[in-house]
Amino acid sequence: MNDFPVVVIGTSAGGLDALRAVLPALPVKLPRSVIVVQHRSADADNFLAEFFNDCCRLPVAEAEEKELIRPGHIYFAPAAYHLLIERDMSFSLSVDEKVNFSRPSIDVLFESAAQACGARLIGVILTGANADGAAGLQTIREAGGLAVVQQPVGATAYYMPQAAINAGPVDYIMELAEISDLIRKPPCPKNTRKY
Amino acid sequence: MEEREIKEIETDLLLEAIVRLYGYDFRNYARASLNRRIQQAVDKTNCATISDLTARIVREPEFFQRVVANFSITVTEMFRDPEFYKVLREQVLPYLATYPFIKVWHAGCATGEEAYSLAIMLEEEGLLERATIYATDFNEDALENARAGIYPLEQMKQYGSNYRQAGGRGSLSEHYHAQYESVIMEAKLRQSITFSRHNLTVDQVFGEMHLVLCRNVLIYFDRTLQGRVLRLFDDSLVNSGFLCLGSRESLRFSDTAAHFVEFVAKGKIYRKRTVP
Ligand SMILES: C[S@@+](CC[C@H](N)C(=O)[O-])C[C@H]1O[C@@H](n2cnc3c(N)ncnc32)[C@H](O)[C@@H]1O
Repeated sequence: MNDFPVVVIGTSAGGLDALRAVLPALPVKLPRSVIVVQHRSADADNFLAEFFNDCCRLPVAEAEEKELIRPGHIYFAPAAYHLLIERDMSFSLSVDEKVNFSRPSIDVLFESAAQACGARLIGVILTGANADGAAGLQTIREAGGLAVVQQPVGATAYYMPQAAINAGPVDYIMELAEISDLIRKPPCPKNTRKY
Repeated sequence: MEEREIKEIETDLLLEAIVRLYGYDFRNYARASLNRRIQQAVDKTNCATISDLTARIVREPEFFQRVVANFSITVTEMFRDPEFYKVLREQVLPYLATYPFIKVWHAGCATGEEAYSLAIMLEEEGLLERATIYATDFNEDALENARAGIYPLEQMKQYGSNYRQAGGRGSLSEHYHAQYESVIMEAKLRQSITFSRHNLTVDQVFGEMHLVLCRNVLIYFDRTLQGRVLRLFDDSLVNSGFLCLGSRESLRFSDTAAHFVEFVAKGKIYRKRTVP
């Protein structure tokens, strides 16, 4: 049984290196979709997706609007657009105002993911230098999903993971390698609540 | 029942009430971003739930007008995606130049920045006199702004840089007058654009067009509504007319796709096939 078909990840400063420690380790036939918001400049091209497609075992691409989310795939939010998940497990894009000075915004992805997936969702906050994602991670947890944060000590930029921890209870505070393991083999949902 | 399922039912009821009372049809909008705006409206008006918001909307037409203004996202820029405008200028305008007159429909023009961008290019290419630009939106406040053609001065730096990357022939500042903290677009440009109300969910075709631009509007619609709107554009365009979509939009999922050929992939510019 697949308790967590969707994993959402948010990161900004230092994200490239952090994602390199998490994504390439994921095995083929991962029964989950991994969806990533990495803050970057509005005119960035799809370098990120191409870069990870080259070094990951799973196919990596930028999410397209109305595309159905498939297991065993890694998706990046395109530059300058918010990425959202619909109830029918397809992607939507928007050019709504920036949220937390960011578009794509992690909060926007996380909140829509919580609405679409409920408890069957893992939210992950990695290194970064602003507080985007902190509120969204709480929304995920309140909907019964799993909230995971990179250990801020030792992160390239501690601010984002620390803000996520300060915003309320989270389920795991972990090193990058452990996060990768958790995405491969998440714990049984019922045994995970520590608070 | 889970909270998120209750919210979904509440949202359905809200949208049903809005369309039946006021004729605005949001039922076929992509839900995820609409949910955000509904939640913002709930928070802003100190309602406890979406149902509370619905109750007020049903009973207070003025309250509805305030709320609906926030349902429409009018975020826009001049020369947004400079690369697109460059392609439009270098590859599409030469075709349009072969017509004795040029009719353009800019659908979902928001506060008008993109319509002025196009008018500027047409002026620089010596085509403005021959062109009629219809710029439409369903948001009356945004249209009011667009007609005035007044924008904050502080944004012009970014727009000027977009303009240069888009292959601008002079300086953007030649096309507006600065006064204090704002700028007003040249009278000639303002007069070349007709801004009017048109709702893509219910209104019909209103003329034969050589060029239709509709950028970053379809992403807010579900597939059904996208299909309706694309058929509207198809019906509006002359044979070999051009359709320009946003950088992340495409004809991929619609049956109108067969009526178009990709003119340039990068700029999301399509050309209508000639129907004998
Ligand atoms: C994000 S803006 C896009 C502005 C501009 N085209 C751009 O790309 O910068 C979306 C616009 O679509 C308009 N819109 C949304 N639904 C519409 C409808 N049913 N009919 C007409 N316009 C609509 C909104 O009012 C808003 O101005």
